[in-house]
Amino acid sequence: MRRLSAPAVMAGLALALVALSALSLMVGRVWVPLEAWRAGDPGWVIILELRIPRTLLAVVVGAALGMSGAALQGYTRNPLADPGVLGVSSMAALGAVISLYVGFYAPVLAGIAWLMPLCAMAGALMGVMVLIGLTGSAPGAVTFVLAGVVLNIVAGAGVALALNLAPNPWAVNEIVNWLMGSLTDRSLADLQMASPFVAVGLALLLITGRALDALTLGEAGAQSLGISLPRTRVLLALGVGLAAGASVAVTGVIGFVGLVTPHLLRPFLGPRPAGLLLPSALGGAVIVLAGDILVRLIPSAAEVRLGVAMAALGGPFFLGLLLVQRRRLS
Amino acid sequence: MSELAAEDLNLTLGGKPVLAGVSATFRTGEVVAILGANGVGKSTLLSCLAGLRRPASGLCRLDGRPLGGLSAKVRAQQIGFIPQTPEIAWGLEVRTLVGLGRTPWLGARGLGVADEVAVDRALAAAHLQPLAHRDVTTLSGGERARVLIARALAGEPDWLLADEPLAGLDPRHQLDAADLFRRMAHERGCGVIITLHDLTLAARLADRIIVLVEGRVLADGPPREALTAEVLAVAYGVEASLRETDHGLTVDVVGRWG
Repeated sequence: MRRLSAPAVMAGLALALVALSALSLMVGRVWVPLEAWRAGDPGWVIILELRIPRTLLAVVVGAALGMSGAALQGYTRNPLADPGVLGVSSMAALGAVISLYVGFYAPVLAGIAWLMPLCAMAGALMGVMVLIGLTGSAPGAVTFVLAGVVLNIVAGAGVALALNLAPNPWAVNEIVNWLMGSLTDRSLADLQMASPFVAVGLALLLITGRALDALTLGEAGAQSLGISLPRTRVLLALGVGLAAGASVAVTGVIGFVGLVTPHLLRPFLGPRPAGLLLPSALGGAVIVLAGDILVRLIPSAAEVRLGVAMAALGGPFFLGLLLVQRRRLS
Repeated sequence: MSELAAEDLNLTLGGKPVLAGVSATFRTGEVVAILGANGVGKSTLLSCLAGLRRPASGLCRLDGRPLGGLSAKVRAQQIGFIPQTPEIAWGLEVRTLVGLGRTPWLGARGLGVADEVAVDRALAAAHLQPLAHRDVTTLSGGERARVLIARALAGEPDWLLADEPLAGLDPRHQLDAADLFRRMAHERGCGVIITLHDLTLAARLADRIIVLVEGRVLADGPPREALTAEVLAVAYGVEASLRETDHGLTVDVVGRWG
Protein backbone atom coordinates (compact mmCIF):
# COMPACT_ATOMS: atom_id res chain seq x y z
CA MET A 1 0.00 0.00 0.00
CA ARG A 2 2.19 2.77 -1.25
CA ARG A 3 0.50 6.03 -0.34
CA LEU A 4 1.28 9.69 -0.58
CA SER A 5 1.55 11.91 2.45
CA ALA A 6 -1.46 14.09 3.16
CA PRO A 7 0.51 17.38 2.94
CA ALA A 8 1.84 16.39 -0.50
CA VAL A 9 -1.64 15.63 -1.79
CA MET A 10 -3.04 18.83 -0.27
CA ALA A 11 -0.24 20.87 -1.81
CA GLY A 12 -0.91 19.28 -5.21
CA LEU A 13 -4.63 20.01 -4.93
CA ALA A 14 -3.97 23.58 -3.82
CA LEU A 15 -1.69 24.12 -6.82
CA ALA A 16 -4.31 22.69 -9.16
CA LEU A 17 -6.89 24.95 -7.55
CA VAL A 18 -4.77 28.07 -8.12
CA ALA A 19 -4.06 27.11 -11.73
CA LEU A 20 -7.72 26.35 -12.44
CA SER A 21 -8.82 29.57 -10.73
CA ALA A 22 -6.56 31.57 -13.04
CA LEU A 23 -7.91 29.66 -16.03
CA SER A 24 -11.45 30.19 -14.78
CA LEU A 25 -10.92 33.96 -14.82
CA MET A 26 -9.89 33.80 -18.49
CA VAL A 27 -12.31 31.28 -19.96
CA GLY A 28 -15.85 32.06 -21.05
CA ARG A 29 -17.90 33.54 -23.84
CA VAL A 30 -15.29 36.29 -23.91
CA TRP A 31 -11.66 35.19 -23.58
CA VAL A 32 -9.85 37.50 -21.19
CA PRO A 33 -6.09 36.91 -21.47
CA LEU A 34 -3.64 37.66 -18.72
CA GLU A 35 -2.62 40.97 -20.36
CA ALA A 36 -6.12 42.35 -19.85
CA TRP A 37 -6.03 41.83 -16.08
CA ARG A 38 -5.74 45.49 -15.15
CA ALA A 39 -8.13 48.21 -14.20
CA GLY A 40 -9.41 50.18 -17.18
CA ASP A 41 -9.32 47.28 -19.62
CA PRO A 42 -12.80 46.34 -20.87
CA GLY A 43 -12.07 42.71 -19.92
CA TRP A 44 -11.47 43.71 -16.29
CA VAL A 45 -15.14 44.44 -15.74
CA ILE A 46 -16.00 40.92 -16.85
CA ILE A 47 -13.46 39.51 -14.47
CA LEU A 48 -14.55 41.66 -11.56
CA GLU A 49 -18.30 41.36 -12.00
CA LEU A 50 -18.69 37.87 -13.36
CA ARG A 51 -15.64 35.68 -13.28
CA ILE A 52 -14.37 36.35 -9.75
CA PRO A 53 -17.71 35.63 -8.05
CA ARG A 54 -18.21 32.59 -10.27
CA THR A 55 -14.76 31.21 -9.53
CA LEU A 56 -14.95 31.79 -5.79
CA LEU A 57 -18.42 30.34 -5.66
CA ALA A 58 -17.21 27.22 -7.49
CA VAL A 59 -14.50 26.81 -4.85
CA VAL A 60 -16.89 27.34 -1.92
CA VAL A 61 -19.60 25.05 -3.28
CA GLY A 62 -17.10 22.40 -4.35
CA ALA A 63 -15.50 22.39 -0.92
CA ALA A 64 -18.92 22.11 0.74
CA LEU A 65 -20.05 19.22 -1.44
CA GLY A 66 -16.69 17.41 -1.35
CA MET A 67 -16.38 17.45 2.43
CA SER A 68 -20.07 16.67 2.93
CA GLY A 69 -19.61 13.59 0.77
CA ALA A 70 -16.50 12.49 2.66
CA ALA A 71 -18.23 12.97 6.03
CA LEU A 72 -21.39 11.13 4.93
CA GLN A 73 -19.33 8.26 3.53
CA GLY A 74 -17.40 8.10 6.79
CA TYR A 75 -20.50 8.13 8.96
CA THR A 76 -22.43 5.61 6.87
CA ARG A 77 -19.27 3.54 6.26
CA ASN A 78 -20.54 3.38 2.72
CA PRO A 79 -18.61 4.66 -0.27
CA LEU A 80 -21.84 5.27 -2.20
CA ALA A 81 -22.98 8.05 0.13
CA ASP A 82 -23.20 11.62 -1.10
CA PRO A 83 -25.57 14.54 -0.41
CA GLY A 84 -27.15 13.96 -3.85
CA VAL A 85 -27.50 10.17 -3.68
CA LEU A 86 -28.85 10.31 -0.13
CA GLY A 87 -31.48 12.90 -1.06
CA VAL A 88 -30.06 15.73 1.06
CA SER A 89 -29.55 17.96 -1.98
CA SER A 90 -33.06 17.17 -3.26
CA MET A 91 -34.50 18.14 0.09
CA ALA A 92 -32.54 21.38 -0.02
CA ALA A 93 -33.87 21.97 -3.53
CA LEU A 94 -37.41 21.31 -2.33
CA GLY A 95 -36.90 23.85 0.42
CA ALA A 96 -35.61 26.37 -2.09
CA VAL A 97 -38.47 25.72 -4.53
CA ILE A 98 -40.95 26.20 -1.72
CA SER A 99 -39.31 29.54 -0.98
CA LEU A 100 -39.55 30.54 -4.69
CA TYR A 101 -43.16 29.50 -4.60
CA VAL A 102 -43.89 31.51 -1.51
CA GLY A 103 -42.27 34.41 -3.33
CA PHE A 104 -44.80 34.25 -6.18
CA TYR A 105 -47.75 34.39 -3.84
CA ALA A 106 -46.43 36.64 -1.11
CA PRO A 107 -44.11 39.17 -2.75
CA VAL A 108 -43.56 40.73 0.66
CA LEU A 109 -41.72 37.63 1.81
CA ALA A 110 -39.84 37.38 -1.48
CA GLY A 111 -38.06 40.56 -0.57
CA ILE A 112 -36.24 38.78 2.22
CA ALA A 113 -32.87 37.84 0.74
CA TRP A 114 -32.36 35.09 3.29
CA LEU A 115 -35.60 33.32 2.57
CA MET A 116 -34.23 30.93 -0.02
CA PRO A 117 -31.00 29.90 1.71
CA LEU A 118 -32.84 29.46 4.99
CA CYS A 119 -35.47 27.25 3.36
CA ALA A 120 -32.78 25.27 1.49
CA MET A 121 -30.75 24.71 4.64
CA ALA A 122 -33.88 23.74 6.57
CA GLY A 123 -34.66 21.23 3.82
CA ALA A 124 -31.14 19.80 3.87
CA LEU A 125 -31.12 19.58 7.65
CA MET A 126 -34.46 17.84 7.63
CA GLY A 127 -33.10 15.46 5.00
CA VAL A 128 -30.06 14.46 7.09
CA MET A 129 -32.20 14.08 10.21
CA VAL A 130 -34.69 11.85 8.39
CA LEU A 131 -31.76 9.80 7.05
CA ILE A 132 -30.28 9.29 10.49
CA GLY A 133 -33.71 8.70 12.00
CA LEU A 134 -34.81 6.19 9.36
CA THR A 135 -31.64 4.17 9.60
CA GLY A 136 -31.62 4.21 13.40
CA SER A 137 -29.15 1.92 15.03
CA ALA A 138 -28.75 -0.32 11.98
CA PRO A 139 -27.04 1.91 9.45
CA GLY A 140 -26.28 -0.77 6.90
CA ALA A 141 -25.33 0.31 3.40
CA VAL A 142 -28.65 -0.86 1.99
CA THR A 143 -30.76 0.90 4.64
CA PHE A 144 -29.01 4.17 3.95
CA VAL A 145 -29.32 4.01 0.19
CA LEU A 146 -33.00 3.06 0.53
CA ALA A 147 -33.58 5.96 2.92
CA GLY A 148 -31.93 8.17 0.30
CA VAL A 149 -34.26 6.79 -2.37
CA VAL A 150 -37.24 7.63 -0.16
CA LEU A 151 -35.99 11.19 0.38
CA ASN A 152 -35.32 11.66 -3.33
CA ILE A 153 -38.83 10.46 -4.17
CA VAL A 154 -40.48 12.66 -1.56
CA ALA A 155 -38.48 15.72 -2.59
CA GLY A 156 -39.06 14.97 -6.29
CA ALA A 157 -42.79 14.70 -5.71
CA GLY A 158 -42.77 17.98 -3.82
CA VAL A 159 -40.95 19.78 -6.61
CA ALA A 160 -43.25 18.21 -9.23
CA LEU A 161 -46.25 19.41 -7.24
CA ALA A 162 -44.81 22.90 -7.11
CA LEU A 163 -44.38 22.84 -10.91
CA ASN A 164 -47.85 21.38 -11.34
CA LEU A 165 -49.48 24.11 -9.32
CA ALA A 166 -47.24 26.92 -10.58
CA PRO A 167 -49.18 30.17 -11.09
CA ASN A 168 -47.74 30.91 -14.54
CA PRO A 169 -45.25 29.60 -17.16
CA TRP A 170 -42.58 32.04 -15.98
CA ALA A 171 -42.67 30.55 -12.54
CA VAL A 172 -42.23 27.07 -14.02
CA ASN A 173 -39.38 28.39 -16.12
CA GLU A 174 -37.70 29.97 -13.14
CA ILE A 175 -37.99 26.85 -11.01
CA VAL A 176 -36.74 24.54 -13.76
CA ASN A 177 -33.87 26.86 -14.57
CA TRP A 178 -32.88 27.02 -10.99
CA LEU A 179 -33.13 23.27 -10.46
CA MET A 180 -30.49 22.61 -13.08
CA GLY A 181 -27.54 23.55 -10.94
CA SER A 182 -25.31 26.22 -12.37
CA LEU A 183 -22.77 28.87 -11.47
CA THR A 184 -23.71 31.19 -14.32
CA ASP A 185 -24.39 34.85 -13.49
CA ARG A 186 -23.94 34.51 -9.76
CA SER A 187 -22.98 37.68 -7.94
CA LEU A 188 -20.81 38.57 -5.00
CA ALA A 189 -24.02 38.80 -2.98
CA ASP A 190 -24.63 35.08 -3.58
CA LEU A 191 -21.09 34.35 -2.48
CA GLN A 192 -21.51 36.44 0.67
CA MET A 193 -24.74 34.69 1.46
CA ALA A 194 -23.41 31.13 1.12
CA SER A 195 -19.86 31.40 2.42
CA PRO A 196 -20.48 31.93 6.15
CA PHE A 197 -22.87 28.97 6.33
CA VAL A 198 -20.54 26.76 4.33
CA ALA A 199 -17.63 27.76 6.57
CA VAL A 200 -19.52 26.94 9.76
CA GLY A 201 -20.81 23.70 8.24
CA LEU A 202 -17.32 22.58 7.22
CA ALA A 203 -15.92 23.46 10.66
CA LEU A 204 -18.61 21.29 12.28
CA LEU A 205 -17.81 18.41 9.93
CA LEU A 206 -14.09 18.68 10.71
CA ILE A 207 -14.88 18.24 14.43
CA THR A 208 -16.52 14.87 13.63
CA GLY A 209 -13.24 13.50 12.20
CA ARG A 210 -12.19 11.47 15.21
CA ALA A 211 -15.67 10.01 15.62
CA LEU A 212 -15.77 9.06 11.94
CA ASP A 213 -12.45 7.24 12.34
CA ALA A 214 -13.71 5.39 15.39
CA LEU A 215 -16.88 4.43 13.52
CA THR A 216 -14.67 2.25 11.32
CA LEU A 217 -15.15 -0.21 14.20
CA GLY A 218 -18.93 0.05 14.04
CA GLU A 219 -21.27 1.88 16.42
CA ALA A 220 -20.56 -0.33 19.44
CA GLY A 221 -16.83 -0.12 18.75
CA ALA A 222 -16.95 3.66 18.49
CA GLN A 223 -19.02 3.99 21.66
CA SER A 224 -16.59 1.78 23.55
CA LEU A 225 -13.87 4.25 22.55
CA GLY A 226 -15.76 7.04 24.29
CA ILE A 227 -17.39 8.49 21.16
CA SER A 228 -20.84 9.99 21.69
CA LEU A 229 -23.01 8.93 18.76
CA PRO A 230 -25.79 11.47 19.42
CA ARG A 231 -23.23 14.30 19.41
CA THR A 232 -21.70 12.97 16.20
CA ARG A 233 -25.11 12.79 14.54
CA VAL A 234 -26.01 16.34 15.53
CA LEU A 235 -22.68 17.68 14.26
CA LEU A 236 -23.03 15.74 11.03
CA ALA A 237 -26.63 16.80 10.42
CA LEU A 238 -25.87 20.46 11.12
CA GLY A 239 -22.61 20.37 9.15
CA VAL A 240 -24.07 18.77 6.03
CA GLY A 241 -27.30 20.75 6.40
CA LEU A 242 -25.48 24.08 6.49
CA ALA A 243 -22.78 23.30 3.92
CA ALA A 244 -24.83 21.41 1.34
CA GLY A 245 -27.98 23.46 2.03
CA ALA A 246 -26.26 26.82 1.53
CA SER A 247 -24.60 25.50 -1.63
CA VAL A 248 -27.84 24.30 -3.16
CA ALA A 249 -29.46 27.60 -2.23
CA VAL A 250 -27.11 29.59 -4.48
CA THR A 251 -26.30 27.12 -7.25
CA GLY A 252 -29.13 24.60 -7.43
CA VAL A 253 -28.39 20.90 -7.35
CA ILE A 254 -24.90 19.87 -8.44
CA GLY A 255 -24.69 16.14 -7.89
CA PHE A 256 -21.98 13.52 -7.60
CA VAL A 257 -19.19 15.85 -6.42
CA GLY A 258 -19.43 14.45 -2.91
CA LEU A 259 -19.54 10.91 -4.24
CA VAL A 260 -16.64 11.13 -6.65
CA THR A 261 -14.15 13.25 -4.71
CA PRO A 262 -13.38 10.97 -1.73
CA HIS A 263 -13.19 8.08 -4.17
CA LEU A 264 -10.56 9.70 -6.29
CA LEU A 265 -8.53 10.56 -3.18
CA ARG A 266 -8.68 7.21 -1.38
CA PRO A 267 -6.04 5.48 -3.54
CA PHE A 268 -3.57 8.24 -2.63
CA LEU A 269 -4.46 8.91 0.99
CA GLY A 270 -5.87 5.63 2.22
CA PRO A 271 -9.43 5.18 3.48
CA ARG A 272 -9.18 6.73 6.98
CA PRO A 273 -12.29 8.98 7.08
CA ALA A 274 -10.81 11.90 9.04
CA GLY A 275 -7.82 12.01 6.73
CA LEU A 276 -10.15 12.50 3.76
CA LEU A 277 -12.17 15.44 5.08
CA LEU A 278 -9.90 18.39 4.25
CA PRO A 279 -8.47 16.88 1.06
CA SER A 280 -12.04 16.19 -0.11
CA ALA A 281 -12.90 19.87 0.41
CA LEU A 282 -9.96 20.87 -1.78
CA GLY A 283 -10.66 18.07 -4.25
CA GLY A 284 -14.34 19.01 -4.48
CA ALA A 285 -13.35 22.60 -5.21
CA VAL A 286 -10.99 21.43 -7.98
CA ILE A 287 -13.66 19.20 -9.53
CA VAL A 288 -16.44 21.81 -9.50
CA LEU A 289 -14.09 24.46 -10.86
CA ALA A 290 -12.81 22.13 -13.59
CA GLY A 291 -16.39 21.15 -14.45
CA ASP A 292 -17.48 24.77 -14.61
CA ILE A 293 -14.58 25.66 -16.93
CA LEU A 294 -15.49 22.68 -19.09
CA VAL A 295 -19.14 23.70 -19.53
CA ARG A 296 -17.97 27.18 -20.54
CA LEU A 297 -15.81 25.60 -23.25
CA ILE A 298 -18.60 23.47 -24.75
CA PRO A 299 -19.61 25.29 -27.96
CA SER A 300 -23.37 25.13 -27.66
CA ALA A 301 -26.01 27.81 -28.19
CA ALA A 302 -27.10 27.74 -24.55
CA GLU A 303 -24.54 26.96 -21.90
CA VAL A 304 -24.75 23.39 -20.64
CA ARG A 305 -25.66 23.64 -16.97
CA LEU A 306 -23.01 22.43 -14.57
CA GLY A 307 -25.52 20.30 -12.67
CA VAL A 308 -26.49 18.58 -15.91
CA ALA A 309 -22.87 18.03 -16.92
CA MET A 310 -21.93 16.63 -13.51
CA ALA A 311 -24.91 14.27 -13.63
CA ALA A 312 -23.87 13.13 -17.11
CA LEU A 313 -20.35 12.40 -15.88
CA GLY A 314 -21.33 11.18 -12.42
CA GLY A 315 -24.00 8.70 -13.57
CA PRO A 316 -21.55 6.35 -15.31
CA PHE A 317 -19.09 6.78 -12.42
CA PHE A 318 -21.79 5.75 -9.95
CA LEU A 319 -22.66 2.78 -12.13
CA GLY A 320 -19.02 1.67 -12.18
CA LEU A 321 -18.82 1.99 -8.41
CA LEU A 322 -22.01 0.02 -8.00
CA LEU A 323 -20.59 -2.80 -10.11
CA VAL A 324 -17.47 -2.90 -7.97
CA GLN A 325 -19.51 -2.68 -4.77
CA ARG A 326 -22.15 -5.16 -5.86
CA ARG A 327 -20.68 -8.04 -3.94
CA ARG A 328 -20.35 -6.06 -0.74
CA LEU A 329 -23.90 -4.76 -0.94
CA SER A 330 -25.56 -8.12 -1.47
CA MET B 1 -6.91 -2.93 42.32
CA SER B 2 -10.14 -1.92 40.74
CA GLU B 3 -13.64 -3.26 41.14
CA LEU B 4 -16.47 -3.43 38.63
CA ALA B 5 -19.87 -4.38 39.97
CA ALA B 6 -23.27 -5.14 38.54
CA GLU B 7 -26.04 -4.52 41.06
CA ASP B 8 -29.42 -6.11 40.47
CA LEU B 9 -29.52 -5.37 36.73
CA ASN B 10 -32.90 -5.66 35.03
CA LEU B 11 -33.58 -5.08 31.36
CA THR B 12 -36.40 -6.05 29.07
CA LEU B 13 -35.86 -6.06 25.32
CA GLY B 14 -38.76 -6.56 22.95
CA GLY B 15 -41.06 -7.75 25.74
CA LYS B 16 -38.57 -10.41 26.83
CA PRO B 17 -36.73 -10.02 30.13
CA VAL B 18 -33.06 -10.27 29.14
CA LEU B 19 -31.55 -9.42 32.50
CA ALA B 20 -33.61 -10.33 35.57
CA GLY B 21 -31.75 -9.29 38.67
CA VAL B 22 -28.12 -9.96 37.77
CA SER B 23 -25.58 -9.10 40.44
CA ALA B 24 -21.88 -9.84 40.22
CA THR B 25 -18.67 -8.23 41.35
CA PHE B 26 -15.46 -8.35 39.34
CA ARG B 27 -11.91 -7.60 40.44
CA THR B 28 -8.85 -6.79 38.39
CA GLY B 29 -6.27 -9.55 38.15
CA GLU B 30 -8.73 -12.30 37.29
CA VAL B 31 -10.20 -13.71 34.11
CA VAL B 32 -13.93 -14.24 34.36
CA ALA B 33 -15.83 -16.23 31.73
CA ILE B 34 -19.55 -15.66 31.36
CA LEU B 35 -21.33 -18.73 30.03
CA GLY B 36 -24.90 -19.49 29.12
CA ALA B 37 -27.12 -20.57 26.25
CA ASN B 38 -27.77 -18.31 23.26
CA GLY B 39 -29.99 -15.35 24.06
CA VAL B 40 -29.55 -15.69 27.81
CA GLY B 41 -28.26 -12.15 28.32
CA LYS B 42 -24.47 -12.59 28.22
CA SER B 43 -23.88 -9.91 25.62
CA THR B 44 -26.37 -7.57 27.26
CA LEU B 45 -24.69 -7.99 30.63
CA LEU B 46 -21.31 -7.34 29.05
CA SER B 47 -22.46 -4.17 27.29
CA CYS B 48 -24.02 -2.93 30.55
CA LEU B 49 -20.71 -3.55 32.32
CA ALA B 50 -18.91 -1.70 29.50
CA GLY B 51 -21.24 1.26 30.07
CA LEU B 52 -22.66 1.04 26.54
CA ARG B 53 -26.16 0.10 27.60
CA ARG B 54 -28.18 1.25 30.56
CA PRO B 55 -30.22 -1.31 32.45
CA ALA B 56 -33.87 -0.46 33.12
CA SER B 57 -33.15 -0.78 36.81
CA GLY B 58 -30.08 -1.50 38.88
CA LEU B 59 -26.70 -0.07 38.06
CA CYS B 60 -23.08 -0.82 37.36
CA ARG B 61 -20.36 0.70 39.50
CA LEU B 62 -16.69 1.16 38.81
CA ASP B 63 -14.82 1.45 42.11
CA GLY B 64 -18.05 2.44 43.80
CA ARG B 65 -18.98 5.18 41.32
CA PRO B 66 -21.99 4.61 39.06
CA LEU B 67 -20.78 3.92 35.52
CA GLY B 68 -23.40 6.25 34.08
CA GLY B 69 -21.88 9.13 36.02
CA LEU B 70 -18.50 8.85 34.33
CA SER B 71 -17.77 10.79 31.16
CA ALA B 72 -17.63 8.63 28.05
CA LYS B 73 -13.95 9.44 27.69
CA VAL B 74 -12.97 8.44 31.23
CA ARG B 75 -15.08 5.30 30.98
CA ALA B 76 -13.42 4.41 27.65
CA GLN B 77 -9.97 4.94 29.16
CA GLN B 78 -10.70 2.40 31.87
CA ILE B 79 -12.90 -0.14 30.13
CA GLY B 80 -11.90 -1.64 26.80
CA PHE B 81 -14.65 -3.47 24.94
CA ILE B 82 -14.65 -5.79 21.94
CA PRO B 83 -18.16 -6.23 20.47
CA GLN B 84 -19.44 -9.58 19.35
CA THR B 85 -19.72 -8.99 15.64
CA PRO B 86 -16.94 -6.53 15.19
CA GLU B 87 -17.19 -4.43 12.11
CA ILE B 88 -14.21 -3.13 10.18
CA ALA B 89 -15.57 -0.75 7.60
CA TRP B 90 -12.52 0.48 5.75
CA GLY B 91 -9.35 -1.19 4.60
CA LEU B 92 -7.12 0.58 7.09
CA GLU B 93 -3.58 -0.49 7.79
CA VAL B 94 -3.37 -2.81 10.81
CA ARG B 95 -1.28 -0.28 12.71
CA THR B 96 -3.75 2.55 12.02
CA LEU B 97 -6.65 0.40 13.15
CA VAL B 98 -4.91 -0.63 16.36
CA GLY B 99 -4.12 3.07 16.83
CA LEU B 100 -7.89 3.77 16.98
CA GLY B 101 -7.71 2.14 20.42
CA ARG B 102 -5.90 5.28 21.59
CA THR B 103 -8.95 7.45 20.81
CA PRO B 104 -9.98 7.99 24.47
CA TRP B 105 -6.48 9.28 25.28
CA LEU B 106 -5.98 11.61 22.35
CA GLY B 107 -5.43 15.31 22.83
CA ALA B 108 -6.07 17.86 20.12
CA ARG B 109 -2.94 16.92 18.21
CA GLY B 110 -3.58 13.26 17.56
CA LEU B 111 -1.26 10.34 18.23
CA GLY B 112 1.73 11.33 20.38
CA VAL B 113 4.89 9.43 21.28
CA ALA B 114 3.27 7.71 24.27
CA ASP B 115 0.39 6.62 22.03
CA GLU B 116 2.77 5.16 19.44
CA VAL B 117 4.55 3.23 22.19
CA ALA B 118 1.25 1.83 23.44
CA VAL B 119 0.30 0.80 19.90
CA ASP B 120 3.65 -0.95 19.44
CA ARG B 121 3.19 -2.80 22.71
CA ALA B 122 -0.32 -3.90 21.73
CA LEU B 123 0.92 -5.11 18.34
CA ALA B 124 3.71 -7.05 20.04
CA ALA B 125 1.37 -8.59 22.62
CA ALA B 126 -0.90 -9.89 19.87
CA HIS B 127 2.07 -11.01 17.71
CA LEU B 128 1.00 -8.67 14.95
CA GLN B 129 4.26 -6.90 14.08
CA PRO B 130 4.71 -8.83 10.81
CA LEU B 131 1.23 -7.71 9.74
CA ALA B 132 1.51 -4.12 10.96
CA HIS B 133 1.38 -2.61 7.49
CA ARG B 134 -1.16 -4.92 5.92
CA ASP B 135 -4.63 -3.83 4.86
CA VAL B 136 -7.02 -5.24 7.53
CA THR B 137 -9.58 -6.32 4.95
CA THR B 138 -7.03 -8.71 3.41
CA LEU B 139 -6.47 -10.57 6.70
CA SER B 140 -8.00 -13.91 7.66
CA GLY B 141 -10.78 -14.04 10.25
CA GLY B 142 -8.36 -15.19 12.94
CA GLU B 143 -5.90 -12.42 12.16
CA ARG B 144 -8.68 -9.86 12.27
CA ALA B 145 -9.80 -11.11 15.67
CA ARG B 146 -6.24 -10.59 16.92
CA VAL B 147 -6.17 -7.10 15.42
CA LEU B 148 -9.37 -6.25 17.32
CA ILE B 149 -7.92 -7.59 20.56
CA ALA B 150 -4.80 -5.51 19.95
CA ARG B 151 -7.03 -2.50 19.29
CA ALA B 152 -8.55 -2.92 22.75
CA LEU B 153 -5.12 -3.47 24.35
CA ALA B 154 -3.77 -0.28 22.76
CA GLY B 155 -6.01 1.77 25.04
CA GLU B 156 -4.27 0.12 28.03
CA PRO B 157 -7.53 -0.17 29.95
CA ASP B 158 -7.85 -1.56 33.47
CA TRP B 159 -10.73 -3.66 32.19
CA LEU B 160 -10.96 -5.73 29.08
CA LEU B 161 -14.47 -6.90 28.17
CA ALA B 162 -14.80 -9.09 25.12
CA ASP B 163 -17.92 -10.66 23.66
CA GLU B 164 -17.01 -14.06 22.19
CA PRO B 165 -13.49 -13.07 21.24
CA LEU B 166 -12.49 -16.68 20.55
CA ALA B 167 -15.35 -17.52 18.18
CA GLY B 168 -14.08 -18.31 14.73
CA LEU B 169 -10.47 -18.83 15.76
CA ASP B 170 -8.67 -22.08 14.99
CA PRO B 171 -7.50 -24.11 18.04
CA ARG B 172 -3.99 -22.71 17.96
CA HIS B 173 -5.15 -19.12 17.77
CA GLN B 174 -7.75 -19.80 20.46
CA LEU B 175 -4.96 -20.90 22.76
CA ASP B 176 -2.84 -17.89 21.82
CA ALA B 177 -5.71 -15.51 22.51
CA ALA B 178 -6.57 -17.33 25.75
CA ASP B 179 -2.94 -16.99 26.87
CA LEU B 180 -3.04 -13.33 25.98
CA PHE B 181 -6.12 -12.77 28.13
CA ARG B 182 -4.51 -14.64 31.03
CA ARG B 183 -1.30 -12.64 30.74
CA MET B 184 -3.30 -9.42 30.68
CA ALA B 185 -4.99 -10.39 33.93
CA HIS B 186 -2.17 -12.08 35.81
CA GLU B 187 0.86 -10.08 34.67
CA ARG B 188 -0.57 -6.66 33.92
CA GLY B 189 -3.34 -6.80 36.47
CA CYS B 190 -6.22 -6.17 34.09
CA GLY B 191 -9.71 -7.31 34.84
CA VAL B 192 -10.75 -9.58 31.97
CA ILE B 193 -14.37 -10.54 31.38
CA ILE B 194 -15.24 -12.59 28.32
CA THR B 195 -18.16 -14.59 27.03
CA LEU B 196 -17.65 -17.86 25.21
CA HIS B 197 -19.25 -21.19 24.34
CA ASP B 198 -16.34 -23.62 24.55
CA LEU B 199 -16.78 -25.16 28.01
CA THR B 200 -13.39 -26.85 28.28
CA LEU B 201 -11.60 -23.76 27.09
CA ALA B 202 -13.59 -21.68 29.61
CA ALA B 203 -12.69 -24.08 32.42
CA ARG B 204 -8.97 -23.76 31.67
CA LEU B 205 -8.85 -20.11 30.70
CA ALA B 206 -10.94 -18.57 33.44
CA ASP B 207 -10.19 -18.05 37.11
CA ARG B 208 -13.88 -17.77 37.68
CA ILE B 209 -17.01 -18.71 35.77
CA ILE B 210 -20.44 -17.15 35.85
CA VAL B 211 -23.28 -19.13 34.30
CA LEU B 212 -26.42 -17.25 33.28
CA VAL B 213 -29.86 -18.74 32.82
CA GLU B 214 -32.77 -16.61 31.65
CA GLY B 215 -31.19 -13.38 32.74
CA ARG B 216 -30.20 -14.69 36.17
CA VAL B 217 -26.94 -15.88 37.67
CA LEU B 218 -27.16 -19.65 38.09
CA ALA B 219 -23.62 -20.32 39.23
CA ASP B 220 -20.68 -18.10 40.11
CA GLY B 221 -17.32 -19.41 41.26
CA PRO B 222 -14.07 -21.12 40.32
CA PRO B 223 -14.47 -23.42 37.28
CA ARG B 224 -14.60 -26.63 39.32
CA GLU B 225 -17.37 -25.25 41.51
CA ALA B 226 -19.39 -23.42 38.91
CA LEU B 227 -19.23 -26.06 36.21
CA THR B 228 -21.10 -29.13 37.33
CA ALA B 229 -23.25 -31.60 35.44
CA GLU B 230 -26.37 -30.15 37.11
CA VAL B 231 -25.50 -26.59 36.18
CA LEU B 232 -24.81 -27.55 32.56
CA ALA B 233 -28.08 -29.49 32.42
CA VAL B 234 -30.06 -26.46 33.55
CA ALA B 235 -28.03 -23.90 31.59
CA TYR B 236 -27.76 -25.64 28.24
CA GLY B 237 -30.14 -28.60 28.46
CA VAL B 238 -27.31 -31.03 27.85
CA GLU B 239 -25.89 -34.02 29.61
CA ALA B 240 -22.22 -33.42 30.25
CA SER B 241 -19.38 -35.47 31.57
CA LEU B 242 -16.74 -33.57 33.50
CA ARG B 243 -13.36 -35.21 33.92
CA GLU B 244 -10.17 -34.17 35.59
CA THR B 245 -7.31 -34.84 33.14
CA ASP B 246 -3.59 -34.12 33.16
CA HIS B 247 -4.33 -30.93 31.27
CA GLY B 248 -7.07 -29.68 33.51
CA LEU B 249 -10.84 -29.95 33.62
CA THR B 250 -12.36 -31.42 30.47
CA VAL B 251 -16.03 -31.05 29.67
CA ASP B 252 -17.63 -33.42 27.17
CA VAL B 253 -21.18 -32.95 26.06
CA VAL B 254 -22.55 -36.46 25.72
CA GLY B 255 -26.15 -35.83 24.80
CA ARG B 256 -29.36 -33.93 25.34
CA TRP B 257 -30.63 -33.80 28.88
CA GLY B 258 -34.07 -35.02 29.81
